[in-house]
Amino acid sequence: MALTKADLADCLFEEVGLNKREAKEFVDAWFESIRDALEAGENVKLSGFGNFQLRDKNERPGRNPKTGEEIPISARRVVTFKPGQKLRARVEAYAGPRK
Amino acid sequence: MTKSELIESLSEQHKHLSQADVEMAVRAILDRMSLALSEGDRIEIRGFGSFSLHFRPPRMGRNPKTGEPVALPGKHVPHFKPGKALRERVNAAANL
Repeated sequence: MALTKADLADCLFEEVGLNKREAKEFVDAWFESIRDALEAGENVKLSGFGNFQLRDKNERPGRNPKTGEEIPISARRVVTFKPGQKLRARVEAYAGPRK
Repeated sequence: MTKSELIESLSEQHKHLSQADVEMAVRAILDRMSLALSEGDRIEIRGFGSFSLHFRPPRMGRNPKTGEPVALPGKHVPHFKPGKALRERVNAAANL
């Protein structure tokens, strides 16, 4: 099962003792703050978890895979995530089925 | 923006919560997300993006000091795919 905002709000209710409404608002505000920073052109560094980094891409040639028609892919800014060492180490230890 | 700046900004917005509670909540969210990934679960946040695991197959590596070949086992790495709203907002703001 995928983890959702509702699960994170439950976690704040159980572990931090926020009430359900506060917990839900806090989770929304958490993600909104990160989006705001990225929108403002700032990288976001969450030590122990990872960094959200902005990259500016130049225009490059592309192709419509269905028709084979050549169309340029416009210049754009994209978000990339670089997992931190601690998270990478924890995930590496996952020995379940291949994803 | 760093984790402490995130805590500061959230404290500003949630004046009814103590600084200690905000700190605890920020850590709790990060810990819960790390736990999910370490158990092989995906994370799906609408409008933000999703985190999942990608498998890296085993390969032969080299000890960079001695040049000796070493067998590296397969492993999973975290992967983030930005959601539509995040992609659009970041790109629109960039105004390239």
